[in-house]
Amino acid sequence: MPSLKDLKNRISSVKSTRKITKAMQMVAAAKLKRAQEAATAARPYAERMASVLANLSASAGAGGPKLLTGTGEDKTHLIVVLTAERGLAGGFNTYVVKLAKQKIGELRAEGKTVKILTVGKKGREQLSREYGDLIVNHIDLSGVKGGDFSESAISLGKLLTHEFEAGEFDVATLIYSQFVNVLSQLPTAQQLIPASAPEDAETVDLGNALYIYEPSEEAILETLLPRYINTQILSAILESAAGEQASRMTAMDNATNNAGEMIDSLSLQYNRARQAQITKELIEIISGAEAL
Amino acid sequence: MANKLHFSLVSPARELFSGEVDHVIAPGSEGEFGVLANHAPFMTTLKNGVVRVLEGDTVKMRIFVRGGFADVTAEGLTILAEEARMLDKLKVEDVQKELDETLLKIQSLDKGDTAKLALQEHYDYLESLKAAMVH
Repeated sequence: MPSLKDLKNRISSVKSTRKITKAMQMVAAAKLKRAQEAATAARPYAERMASVLANLSASAGAGGPKLLTGTGEDKTHLIVVLTAERGLAGGFNTYVVKLAKQKIGELRAEGKTVKILTVGKKGREQLSREYGDLIVNHIDLSGVKGGDFSESAISLGKLLTHEFEAGEFDVATLIYSQFVNVLSQLPTAQQLIPASAPEDAETVDLGNALYIYEPSEEAILETLLPRYINTQILSAILESAAGEQASRMTAMDNATNNAGEMIDSLSLQYNRARQAQITKELIEIISGAEAL
Repeated sequence: MANKLHFSLVSPARELFSGEVDHVIAPGSEGEFGVLANHAPFMTTLKNGVVRVLEGDTVKMRIFVRGGFADVTAEGLTILAEEARMLDKLKVEDVQKELDETLLKIQSLDKGDTAKLALQEHYDYLESLKAAMVH
């Protein structure tokens, strides 16, 4: 049976924990709003880009640039794992890593070479335990201020296209957490290179009219594709950032509630112990008086 | 109205404009071009420059874009800009300040640094933006 002092200490420690989780929840809620706005604001561009690419690739056929058609081989896969820089966000990072591990397992079972590029500290920490030797590169996002990820996205995109052209890998897949709504984030695997327009992208039916291209179809595709890849990376980063905050908010809300329940039950225990002590003291006084 | 052109301008950060207009003049990489309603399907890359939106004969809006694409379909004109700013809401002093800051950053970097090239590009872009504002 813990003493009264022990109980009091525990209650006050749980209370300060509750204060911290409550504060973290409110911070996450504020950040979520901004991150969500950024993610929604970036959507029209990504969607238009996808439909432009769908229009172009439909007419480009098989003779397109490598970024679109691939190297013709399917041996080396690069898995880009996009996670958060910080923990304490419920299962957010774990779910992404779980999907990545599953994917890596599948590819290795098929006898393919797998390379991993991690974005975000948490993914690297979790993956390096099992697949430390496969991680070829890591990108740190912790220095990014104010949620402006466009530069990081562009530099990551450049790195990927550069390595692809150098023949470092044949297929690049991005694994990230898609932001569905505040309560659910869906770990998703998306193929980046060779680029493919999403199947649901709307293509415009031109009837018999022919597109006029300036300067030329190939030149447009060549400038468009790297940008398309950058855009996909950027929107993935933004979605993941929004998801991280949403997940942290939910996790911290739960933690706050749990701390509240714990405080209640500890207070009850404390009050009982106090009452028991009073009763004991009374009995001692009364039996002392009777003995006289 | 039948003879209106649906025009939208989006940048990675947000959608700047979407609506019905009469006439849009954009800086294509092969030369400036104008788009009216019922234009033939057309796609081009853009260079840095000013996109002008006309209502009748008067210029209603000027937007400075930094590279990108223009896509004309039966549904209208879509401009995908790398970066876009509303010219009418900018102040020359602010742009000048950004220019000076970028120049300082360029000078602080070593030669051959990849970041320097990117900054130089940004500097050129700001210069042309400033030039567009003065006119």
